[in-house]
Amino acid sequence: MKIDLTDTTASKINKALVQGRRAIGTPAVGMVLTMVIVTDEENAYDSIKAAEEASHEHPSRTLVVIKRHARTLRERTHSRLDAEVRVGSEAGTGETVILRTFGEVSDHADSVVLPLLLPDAPVVVWWPVDAPDNPAKDPLGALAQRRITDLYAVEHPLEALETRVRSYAPGDTDLAWTRLTPWRSMLAAALDQARVKVTSAVVESEAENPSAELLARWLEARLRVPVQRAVTAGPVVTAVRLGTANGEIVIDRPEGPLATLSLPGQPPRTLALKVRATSELIAEELRRLDADEMYAVALRGEGTKENV
Amino acid sequence: MSKTRSAGAEPPAAPAPQAAAPTAQAETSSTTTAPQAADAVRVPLDPAADWDNPLRDDRDRRLPRIAGPSGLVIFGVTGDLSRKKLMPAVYDLANRGLLPPGFSLVGFARRDWEDQDFAQVVHDAVKEHARTAFREEVWQQLAEGMRFIPGDFDDDKAFEQLGKAVDELNASRGTGGNFAFYLSVPPKFFPKVVQQLKKHGLADPPEGSWRRAVIEKPFGHDLASARELNAIVHDVFEPDQVFRIDHYLGKETVQNILALRFANQMYEPIWNRSYVDHVQITMAEDIGIGGRAGYYDGIGAARDVIQNHLLQLMALTAMEEPIAFDAEALLTEKLKVLKSVRLPEDLGAHTVRGQYAEAWQGGEKVIGYLQEDGIDPRSKTDTYAAIKLEIDNRRWAGVPFYLRAGKRLGRRVTEIAVVFQRAPHSPFDSTATEELGQNAIVIRVQPDEGMTVRFGSKVPGTSMEIRDVTMDFAYGESFTESSPEAYERLILDVLLGDANLFPRHQEVEESWKILDPIEEHWTAHGRPAQYASGSWGPEEADEMLARDGRSWRRP
Repeated sequence: MKIDLTDTTASKINKALVQGRRAIGTPAVGMVLTMVIVTDEENAYDSIKAAEEASHEHPSRTLVVIKRHARTLRERTHSRLDAEVRVGSEAGTGETVILRTFGEVSDHADSVVLPLLLPDAPVVVWWPVDAPDNPAKDPLGALAQRRITDLYAVEHPLEALETRVRSYAPGDTDLAWTRLTPWRSMLAAALDQARVKVTSAVVESEAENPSAELLARWLEARLRVPVQRAVTAGPVVTAVRLGTANGEIVIDRPEGPLATLSLPGQPPRTLALKVRATSELIAEELRRLDADEMYAVALRGEGTKENV
Repeated sequence: MSKTRSAGAEPPAAPAPQAAAPTAQAETSSTTTAPQAADAVRVPLDPAADWDNPLRDDRDRRLPRIAGPSGLVIFGVTGDLSRKKLMPAVYDLANRGLLPPGFSLVGFARRDWEDQDFAQVVHDAVKEHARTAFREEVWQQLAEGMRFIPGDFDDDKAFEQLGKAVDELNASRGTGGNFAFYLSVPPKFFPKVVQQLKKHGLADPPEGSWRRAVIEKPFGHDLASARELNAIVHDVFEPDQVFRIDHYLGKETVQNILALRFANQMYEPIWNRSYVDHVQITMAEDIGIGGRAGYYDGIGAARDVIQNHLLQLMALTAMEEPIAFDAEALLTEKLKVLKSVRLPEDLGAHTVRGQYAEAWQGGEKVIGYLQEDGIDPRSKTDTYAAIKLEIDNRRWAGVPFYLRAGKRLGRRVTEIAVVFQRAPHSPFDSTATEELGQNAIVIRVQPDEGMTVRFGSKVPGTSMEIRDVTMDFAYGESFTESSPEAYERLILDVLLGDANLFPRHQEVEESWKILDPIEEHWTAHGRPAQYASGSWGPEEADEMLARDGRSWRRP
């Protein structure tokens, strides 16, 4: 069921949530976390869809904060909050509240979100686009245990990556890193089989790909060898080559979801390495809500202290 | 002031250089040996190996547990279980990226098939039964490693061919000599198959690799036959390389029993005889025996279900805290519970068996057990069994565990209900609490996995009236990636060599020791009671609990 509220406040939204749950007859809810999505109108639909799909695995209350651009003087001076409360089948397994802020309240969205957080449950903030330079210091980011950004959604990803390196705080994570999990697990599995010391490494990808850069940094930190970056036509990461005394370990994905794994002295094998949908990435992110130390290592290299 | 302070500082100052020396040493050594120290933290895939994979780290919890290089050989690959559960589970594992590159699947059956015919059968089974979406690229990855060996279990040539296929896969797919042999065949063929594996050297792992056997229930039909079976299998495979599948233990909720009990503070204090009145463990099916007459007649519900699934659920519910979450520690605790089980003295009064009779079930007219095809009309096989057990230890003395299992019952459900005693004193008058039952914690194993807590709450209104309410917890839904099928989890564990979720032969034997006297009593006395299909079992079962002043939950 859907309840529309115009020019409203957080307490009226809370009332509407209770009313909505009563009406569909499920007053007790087993939601495990609050997901805050900060986005613009353009990206709202896809993000909400992804979050609702992910909520099948992680029942959650989803709060979508959409900052509206004021076009007229009246809109700029008059601050207003509109809300759309969705409960039941329209909101995945949990509840969704879409908050549209106009005027001054846009700068104080945290004051709207705070009363709507589930009691005593973890909070995750996700910026599908336009993430702040310092997520942990952002008023909404400060409410969360886990802050999800996406380097794929910025104009100059490698510059943004450097910003992330400088502003990293435990709990930060990025979908460009999440996208690497299948690659990283296959590389680890390949080394399980090859059992040799890696002496050199190359990551091949399209130009300016943030995932490739993170993968290269992770390999550098873990293997303690310099990692060469090679530019190919893409899409995204196309190959990783690890040089060893016995020969090269190669995972090659020239195009499509099918990759080839070659190990020294063994015939090549195919393996599936698909590009995953956003909902799957979000579901993976929500599986762990503590700090991702490996992401910190990939960003800054081994040995950097947490909490800097 | 400063004097006393310096005086006070004096005594520790003297030993300080000594104390400082080791610190300095530790510091220098830690800088020089930092890489090794970091290495030591990493978890090697195979604990026996001395090689550490620098890409693995236990802080890196995104990386899934991927099985090492390995292959799976399925005997009886044309069977129902294989098509409906095993093949889809293998595909789902591959789809989730949990199988090693080069994983190979070998089918063995008496069919005149080529590798590609076998691949086609697997393809169809996967399309029809797999949990996750069918993806061509995953299929290609799997299909390259599929082999089929036609032959009988007596056929030495077929096993020679199997040996060759294994060698060929080691060379072409890098399976590294690691193979699991899944015996999806009736138990009467077990001796033949394992003997053949031994004869052709397939059970002996080459240096640095493993060979494992996977077997399905029934693990015998009484203690003697279970021991015989164990002896046959252990003659060929090391006992810790034999994996007995009890698919119930692969279910999320069953694993959650341990999390619920031992990761929380609020349940364990009341999880004992001081607070618990009794425990009911139910496994109800709404189907009849279907086409399994040949297997089922003479076995019955108690042997088919109680001996393995329900006694395992009971052991997990009742056991003490294991010292660690590993196979050895779990076995120790489960064995203690099974060994402490005491049977009722009067087996006639505290056990009940039944057979479903012709009736209307859920809007459908169904025939009785004795009318089923292939069943002797004088059969005494139980399709329903209920037994009362007690556990003789400090925690559970005097708390009965009621176990029941049956076919053609009201609906399909498996649950563990821990029913608590009534509050020792009620300040409310009896009319206020008239409708208040006993508090209960119910763990729903299937379907709709989750947990329910039942307690009393005031009914809104001016008068004081207290009634039962329930609080429900259902984690996730069946179609998400995180709720794998039991077989997926179990096959992956076999390949990883993780035996936590597999009953060991000692447990199987102890379970038979519990059931054998009951079966003997039933053989010697009377006949199963008849119950209408679609009901919750025979009246005798209700009477059995009424004798103790209790009643069955309607699940």
